[in-house]
Amino acid sequence: MHFLDITRETCPMTFVKVKLQLAKMSGGEELEVILNEGEPLQNVPRSCEEQGYKVLSVEDCGDGDGKHRIVIKK
Amino acid sequence: MSDHKKISIVCFSGDFDKMLAAYTIATGAAATNREVTMFFTFWGLNALKKQQGHSWLGKDLLSRAFNFLMGGKRNLPLSRLNFFGASPKLMSGMMKKNNVASLDELMEAASALGIRFYACEMSMHILGVTKEDLIDDVQEVVGVATFLNESEDAHIIFI
Repeated sequence: MHFLDITRETCPMTFVKVKLQLAKMSGGEELEVILNEGEPLQNVPRSCEEQGYKVLSVEDCGDGDGKHRIVIKK
Repeated sequence: MSDHKKISIVCFSGDFDKMLAAYTIATGAAATNREVTMFFTFWGLNALKKQQGHSWLGKDLLSRAFNFLMGGKRNLPLSRLNFFGASPKLMSGMMKKNNVASLDELMEAASALGIRFYACEMSMHILGVTKEDLIDDVQEVVGVATFLNESEDAHIIFI
């Protein structure tokens, strides 16, 4: 399982970091991403699915600060 | 790849803030599965010079003076409130403070994302800039016909 925290990144590096990390991985591998609600949460999972990757889960980290954890399968 | 959504960005302006806008759209689009082409012409070429500061590129007195005065990536002015070049540095500081990617980081990302870089033959000819004067990311020096062919079915954005 690969890991990426993009909560301190801003647009467009949120998408860029995820895209470049996925590009480095081989098919079948999974990537855990911690991201903020709003634009990243709305669009990172969507753009991953558009690229043919599977979003296995999306869940609130539960810290009350809007951070979410998603798992993407390449 | 032909079913890809495509975006072509004409980078005409050599202003720091407009170049940031161009690279933000370009990297964001490439990261969200779009095929992106950036076409650099006129002042936009300054961002791609290997020499990032003031340098005497060119083949005659006028082009050499032009290139020296315009400079490279380190000399891109802000489109408003430039204050003789102080503002881009202040702006870069504010961007860093707010975790916004710098122009260098965006340019690096653009390269890693496989964005296509074309430079305009005609404006390079006028300014006396050769392909060797530009960074290696520039794949080809092309004319408007090639740009339009490559941008068939693409959204074209002019900055």
